[in-house]
Amino acid sequence: MLATDVLQRTLHAALRHGGDFAEVFVEHRSSSNARLDDGRIEELVSGHARGAGVRVVRDDTTGYAHTADLSESGLLAAAEAAAAAAHGADGEVRVIDLERQHTARPHEVRDAPESIEKSRKVDVLRRADDAARARGAAISQVNAAYADGRRRILLANSDGLLAEDDQVRTRFLVQCVAVGDTGMQTGMEAPGRSVGFELFEEIEPEEVARIAADRALAMLSARPAPSGKLPVVLRRGAGGVLFHEACGHGLEADLVGRDASVFKGQIGEQVASPLITLVDDGSYAREWGTYAIDDEGAPAQRNVLIEDGVLTDFMWDHLRARKEGRASSGNGRRETYQHLPMVRMTNTLLLPGDEDPDRIISGTPHGLYCAALGGGQVNTATGDFVFGVTEAYLIEDGEITEPVRAAQLIGNGLETLRLVDAVGNDFDTWAGTCGKDGQGVPVSSGQPTLRVAELTVGGTAGS
Amino acid sequence: MADLLGLALDLAERAQPGEEVEAYVSRVRETDVKVFDRKVESLMVAERSGVGVRVIIEGRQGFAWAGSLDLDVVETALADARDNAEFATPDDCQGVVTPEEARGDAPALDLWSEDLGQVATEAKVALALEVEAATLAADPRLRGVEQAIYGDALAESAVANSRGVSAAVQRTTCSCAVIALAGVNEATQTGYGFSAGRSFTDLDPEVAARDAALRSTRLLGATQPASRRLPVVLDPLVTRSVLAVLGGALSGEAILKGRSVLVGREGEQVGAAGLTLCDDPTDAEAFGASAHDAEGVASRRNELIVDGVLRGFLHNAYTGRRSGTGTNGAAIRGFASTPGCGARALALTPGTRSAEQVMAAAGDALYVQSVSGLHSGTNPVSGDFSVGAEGLMLRGGAFAEPVREVTIASTLPRILLDVVEIGSDVTWLPGGAAGVTLLIGEMSMSGASPPVLASHNPE
Repeated sequence: MLATDVLQRTLHAALRHGGDFAEVFVEHRSSSNARLDDGRIEELVSGHARGAGVRVVRDDTTGYAHTADLSESGLLAAAEAAAAAAHGADGEVRVIDLERQHTARPHEVRDAPESIEKSRKVDVLRRADDAARARGAAISQVNAAYADGRRRILLANSDGLLAEDDQVRTRFLVQCVAVGDTGMQTGMEAPGRSVGFELFEEIEPEEVARIAADRALAMLSARPAPSGKLPVVLRRGAGGVLFHEACGHGLEADLVGRDASVFKGQIGEQVASPLITLVDDGSYAREWGTYAIDDEGAPAQRNVLIEDGVLTDFMWDHLRARKEGRASSGNGRRETYQHLPMVRMTNTLLLPGDEDPDRIISGTPHGLYCAALGGGQVNTATGDFVFGVTEAYLIEDGEITEPVRAAQLIGNGLETLRLVDAVGNDFDTWAGTCGKDGQGVPVSSGQPTLRVAELTVGGTAGS
Repeated sequence: MADLLGLALDLAERAQPGEEVEAYVSRVRETDVKVFDRKVESLMVAERSGVGVRVIIEGRQGFAWAGSLDLDVVETALADARDNAEFATPDDCQGVVTPEEARGDAPALDLWSEDLGQVATEAKVALALEVEAATLAADPRLRGVEQAIYGDALAESAVANSRGVSAAVQRTTCSCAVIALAGVNEATQTGYGFSAGRSFTDLDPEVAARDAALRSTRLLGATQPASRRLPVVLDPLVTRSVLAVLGGALSGEAILKGRSVLVGREGEQVGAAGLTLCDDPTDAEAFGASAHDAEGVASRRNELIVDGVLRGFLHNAYTGRRSGTGTNGAAIRGFASTPGCGARALALTPGTRSAEQVMAAAGDALYVQSVSGLHSGTNPVSGDFSVGAEGLMLRGGAFAEPVREVTIASTLPRILLDVVEIGSDVTWLPGGAAGVTLLIGEMSMSGASPPVLASHNPE
């Protein structure tokens, strides 16, 4: 993407005022989206952006500047600005020998987005629209969206690292509105993977549409959710976001270092039920949060965070790891070249146990079964989290019965981890976007069917 | 500024026969300082710019964007947009804004503070450090500051289309904010404080520090209360967030697409008598103020709910044409998307009683200091509303014990009808809506009690 000598000169310029570490991050990204709404192809959108960010670290201070001008003069100007931000006495400029690194890709992409005819992208939308409407006249609105993105990144830093990655992602979304006596309800399904157009060999647009439509239809007959504390069973795949919020964020080393995590000082401690093993795996082939290298050039890897309930490690980026004298865990990510990297999750997975999912349900006399969750949020300093349930049912006498709506689950991360009392032998994942400090990055979460013995459900029923 | 408008005009002029072209160009210069442990953690000084090009050919719309203002890149975007238009379904209402639609008296608004661009970066860094220091000094029960920040933005945009409509907008915003951590030998509580304005001199670090300290320390010892229904007082920051959700349900796009709980309710009583809600981007006090919307239509004051009766929605050119009402200057966008429509400056008409008087009127109630999970817990289509909350109980109108790990739930229509008191303390806050102390007659609070299952209602 850029000549090695240009990168070298940029790094030298960045360290001119005595920085300890400098880095150039170059990014080319392109995306295309197609949207169908109300039976019409509303628009096709394509976009391109390219630019570079230069980071200079001196002691605990980071200076950052970015530019869309990838000429040598543009890069040198950014380097100068970043160096000035992290200024100190002019130091001796180190000679940096960049050494190109080759990182194995977790998987190959077959059908690159730019090689696909636009008509094929439109076609999957129409197929989804037809399939959703076929679920019944109560489906009043269908919104389908196709999105692909390709992101090529290049990293060079003053440790001599030179690495590149080519990241492709494809996502498909169907949202339906159903109208009935109880008003309007929505249902959504949005699978996404780090693959090209071959995604549609793995997922059928019709099947995605059917799930979204049926979710909206189910909620039409739903009654208000109960409120108060009760056992909650999370369907495989549906509840991974709970662990992403409940403990994932608290295990990010930047928040730990800021004394803003309930997990600080607890390495080696039993923080969760012995049934829980939690890993964050950026190398998980084809998953939505997967990459070969992170946005600091470190290879993605599988990191065990909690093993049999014992806290084993946090997630690390370059800066935090360097301070602790250890290696990055490959969790340094940024939204674009216009952002500073920070510690982020990739694919956060709660590993399966050995219980039969059906037995978990039949062993729950009374509770809430969550089949799909919306998003969530956590206050990492207190551990208090909250997230929305988009498809849920009552469990009565060990059986899934009526649908309920408008539930919000609220709890505390540490408490919830201890209260998991059944872990199934099934597994599935869920793709989403994680927001932190204003930056959104693709992540996935995965988990087997499991039960939390007690969680506060915020519904409107019961008075 | 002139160069942005020039670029937009240049692109618009490239429309070929049978084609409409619109270009939207924006540029933001920003400074972002983060401070931790009395040191600068990061400092970023940067400029972001880009262009979005819309081409309409026989009712078919195509769009492309580029994160650059270089002419060759911009020209590629125009070609991409043309190519994309081929695949859209024809729609008679699609098209750029006409001079007739754009007509109107655009207010003269001075939203640009020249000084913000002149302030030395060192002064901005010093302010962020000052916010952190002031917070740490504010209360001995604080054990630290999670982060203190200073941020500013000098934002300019221009839009021009092949029918001869053009407009340029520029404004500045700056803010400092801090999250305080309270509690040494007990569960940590966090509290947020900020100060925002258009000019550097508007900022008051002491206000941010005092609020963050107060809001974190007053939650110390918070516990989970029993579930029940009760009156709820919303802090102005919370009201602002609820109004923003309501703004989504009032967008013409949501209405046309049948994705709003307010569809078909025009002319009906949707809120309590005395509740009046307007979106007024011509009010220079509003952080979202601007003389023109994102399609170049003159901004105006839009009355959405008057005395509880739903009067209308927020439209851009497309939704205005399809709904038959015409645009009311509510187009919003960034350069990487086609125009949507929505609120920029939503505010409830203030009542006559102060925040203290509203709390006194509430008697025994829950005071909600902050909410979480708004994105997942609110649904503008079904109207369902259930979010996490923390705050304090009110007893006899006075603050009593703090509470955490509760949810408050109702529905958006119910909340509007249940508004009992609107405080007189309307203050503009960043985020598209104004804050005000609000008393809701009843909401469900879920806490620690055993679950109560609703009896099945067969109707």
